Amino acid sequence: MKNRLKVLRAERDWSQGDLAERLDVSRQSVNAIETGKYDPSLPLAFRIAELFALPIEAIFSKD
Amino acid sequence: MGYPRNPAQRRYVLRVAVAMAAYIVTLAAALRFVGGGAVTGPPAYLLALLPGLSVAGIFWAVGRLLVEERDEYLRMLLVRQVLVASGFTLTVATIWGFFENLRLVGHVDAFYIAVLFFLGLGLGSCYNWLTLRGRSEG
Repeated sequence: MKNRLKVLRAERDWSQGDLAERLDVSRQSVNAIETGKYDPSLPLAFRIAELFALPIEAIFSKD
Repeated sequence: MGYPRNPAQRRYVLRVAVAMAAYIVTLAAALRFVGGGAVTGPPAYLLALLPGLSVAGIFWAVGRLLVEERDEYLRMLLVRQVLVASGFTLTVATIWGFFENLRLVGHVDAFYIAVLFFLGLGLGSCYNWLTLRGRSEG
């Protein structure tokens, strides 16, 4: 699964640590999701979408 | 796991420290009183049970960490680590058992299976690092 997390984060000038804090997850989690090594669960994907005020499909897409 | 970063990991470290301390104390007591022959019969079995239960406390701590870790990615890493450790332990113990049965190797006490599991956790950590390491920023 691909995602636009890194771009969305950069647009807000947030570090991985900033985003991790806002999502209440570890920085490793943010890094793993951004680099495509880990696909988040549906609840976490919803939290990410809510944080960026975007629909899930605007952030995550199939390969 | 590295330096404990969240409450679940800190509780894990504390639980392992308590279990290790209990292991050292109960092992010393068992060796002295049961090994030395001062305690026999049912009390000897009870005393001999305690070091093993202390080590089981570490297994329990790993299980609790799996339940209490709130970060889903870190939990997944731990699941992979435990799976590698379990597979490694079962494989080595089984192979050794056949070797021993065929008198190709000497006898090894069964409590070394716990040592294999802890070694396996280390291997699992290496497996995670090798397969999931990535660029890190921020």
